[in-house]
Amino acid sequence: MRLKKQKNSQASGEPMVWMTAMGLSMGVLMILGLLALIFYKGLEVFWPKHVAEIHLKSEDGNGERLLGEIILQRDRSSHKSSNENDEGSPLRETQIFMGNKEVLGQAFRFVEQDKIKKTSYPESVIKLERREYGNAMGFPQAIYQADQELIPLKKTELFEKTLHQLVKTYNARWEEIRHIEKDQIGKINYEMEELELEKKQLEEQNTAAKNAQAKNRLQELESSQKTLQEKYQKLADQAKKLREAQQGAQLEILLANGQSHKIEVSQILEYYYPNQLSTWGRVGMFFHKIWLFLSQEPREANTEGGVFPAFFGTLVMTLLMTIVVVPFGVMAAIYLKEYAKQGPLVRTVRIAVNNLAGVPSIVFGVFGMGFFVYMVGGTIDQLFFSNKLPTPTFGTGGLLWASLTLALMTVPVVIVATEEALGAVSQNIREGALGCGASKWQMIQKIILPASAPGILTGAILAMARGAGEVAPLMLVGVVKLAPTLPINSTFPYIHLDQKFMHLGFHIYDLGFQSPDSEAAKPIVFATTLLLILLVLVLNLGAIILRERLRKKYASGKF
Amino acid sequence: MPVENSNQKLNPTIIQIENFSFFYGKNQALFDIDLSIPEKEVTALIGPSGCGKSTLLRSINRMNDLVDESNHRGRILIQDQDIHDTQLEVISLRKRVGMVFQKSNPFPKSIYENVVFGLRIAGKTNKNDLDEVVERSLKASALWDEVKDRLKDSALGLSGGQMQRLCIARAIANQPEVLLMDEPCSALDPVATAKIESLIHELKKNYTIVIVTHNMQQASRVSDRTAFLYMGKLIEYDETETLFTNPKQQQTEDYITGRFG
Repeated sequence: MRLKKQKNSQASGEPMVWMTAMGLSMGVLMILGLLALIFYKGLEVFWPKHVAEIHLKSEDGNGERLLGEIILQRDRSSHKSSNENDEGSPLRETQIFMGNKEVLGQAFRFVEQDKIKKTSYPESVIKLERREYGNAMGFPQAIYQADQELIPLKKTELFEKTLHQLVKTYNARWEEIRHIEKDQIGKINYEMEELELEKKQLEEQNTAAKNAQAKNRLQELESSQKTLQEKYQKLADQAKKLREAQQGAQLEILLANGQSHKIEVSQILEYYYPNQLSTWGRVGMFFHKIWLFLSQEPREANTEGGVFPAFFGTLVMTLLMTIVVVPFGVMAAIYLKEYAKQGPLVRTVRIAVNNLAGVPSIVFGVFGMGFFVYMVGGTIDQLFFSNKLPTPTFGTGGLLWASLTLALMTVPVVIVATEEALGAVSQNIREGALGCGASKWQMIQKIILPASAPGILTGAILAMARGAGEVAPLMLVGVVKLAPTLPINSTFPYIHLDQKFMHLGFHIYDLGFQSPDSEAAKPIVFATTLLLILLVLVLNLGAIILRERLRKKYASGKF
Repeated sequence: MPVENSNQKLNPTIIQIENFSFFYGKNQALFDIDLSIPEKEVTALIGPSGCGKSTLLRSINRMNDLVDESNHRGRILIQDQDIHDTQLEVISLRKRVGMVFQKSNPFPKSIYENVVFGLRIAGKTNKNDLDEVVERSLKASALWDEVKDRLKDSALGLSGGQMQRLCIARAIANQPEVLLMDEPCSALDPVATAKIESLIHELKKNYTIVIVTHNMQQASRVSDRTAFLYMGKLIEYDETETLFTNPKQQQTEDYITGRFG
């Protein structure tokens, strides 16, 4: 017999190895590309850019001047056909962010590259972050204060000191107003509402026989209402006074087009000179902006400010979901694996559970709304909160229903992972436990569950990852664009499971597709996406660390 | 089935197996076994693979209950009490009849927790008592000197022989009357095997031991009595010395001389 020389490499499977390797590398590349894009775009938002002054060409040599940050430069030659000038030269254009929305009408503008005569970066440019209308940019001129002499820029030191001092005091006053209006008046409103409810109840109960006791109570209620009303009036007056004090000081800036523009100092949140910052100053500013983004509430239809409520809402909801889904899934899996008699019925149940994982999430949202919100929530309202009806308490979307809906959605993941982990505990160990006189439950509780804890945690990680990133069902069961208060706050009972909340995933959708100024929202969309990814990552890392510690505790390759 | 019961020893019977048959579904694994096992002696069950010796052993603490669709006929009495009595809880039976398995199976816990497992599930929490039991059991299983400084370490870090001795310690921590051993040395090297065998000699002073083994030398070394099973039937049961030197049945002789099995 002669050995044949191998003719085609097909037989050895070489091409298949390459193909499978290619499949993997494509997947990895796509994921890495996505992550790189989100990281770059998401972090770029916080980097303080230079502000450029752009002179445009014109015939009389007296062209327009623009002031702004260069956001993007792109090739537009592919769009040439729709353009009138069809010269051969490639057409490039620059997008600049000019701010000053209320004066210029638009904050963003595209400028064709060949129309730019000169670009410079003047040192004196100031950038103002404002409460309304987004950022303002310009050359500072002078500070106007009521009943005081104006301070021109020339008196550099005094100008700087005054501006700093003014911004500081005005912001402090804002805080005070906010505290009065939101916290104190909010609390009074809450108390008023409670009184009103009690009053309504009393009146309904005793229409027929108004006994003396009820009458007394009613009077009491009315008098306390009166005191509250007085308190409210006092606070409202105080706030009004403070608001009046917010008027007066103005900063005059010169815009690029030569227009002078006065800005109320009370509008200024922060200011800095972007072209004067050193590299370290820029790094400091970068982290400062990240901190503001994480810790502040959103402003101006969510396109400005931070995302703290959304971040917090996502975190609380995901944790709540995990707390519900893990015990629920583990219990179901234990019965399915350990107690149920294996047979066609159990097999059917298992297939059904697996298929449940593939049901589109919006279906769970609809179910959650129908079952949790309307049925369960409606019943709870009727039984316990009937005095508040027709205003629903639990009969509307909220944190609890959103968490439960997501728990329902992710429970198959936990069941499957737990079943696998339980099955991986060897028969040998089980017999050892039983041989020591353990009952079946003791065996499960003391031996099998600890040994399969790492596997169960894997299921929890997968559930958390899926739950935290889900948006569609949440829109139906409790997520809102802007929630007035956090679901956990300082008013009794501290954790408000019935409250609507904000969510990073929905925030992204809302900013990207529902925002009036999508161009202005774009940076925040990227930053929010990055934050959501990092949040999921951190939650998963926490679970992974816990899993590794458990593995080490039961150290051995056997499990 | 003719069973020679030479009553030279004074030790009373602790386990009385009467007319016992066992079925896995429709398969009959044991046929009308009659056997009386004396107290504080080592009784070896030998026979070729699939002869039913493990089934018989696992019937004594009702470990076979775990197999679906298994059933039995006949009786097994321990101290004159029927182990299948519906009044008797299987859990209390297993506390009286400890078991050591073929493959060592320490729990994924610390050495200490492995030993006190039986006590913990029985609800004993007094630290001093537990410490005492750990020391006594580990000393009895000749493991104390090797592990006394690392009782809190994972049991899975021990060597194979140590793990098996830990399993013995775990079994005797419950203070059982009977200790069942299902081929306890089959996965161990000769040194570890020798240790376990000398341990069996020691344990015999306090416990009744029933051991299943494939290894006839081992049976002759450690046991006082030997039962030979073949195809689910008890062929011969006698004092070990008699059975190995002067078997009464042809099948026994064929097996111990290595003609089959």
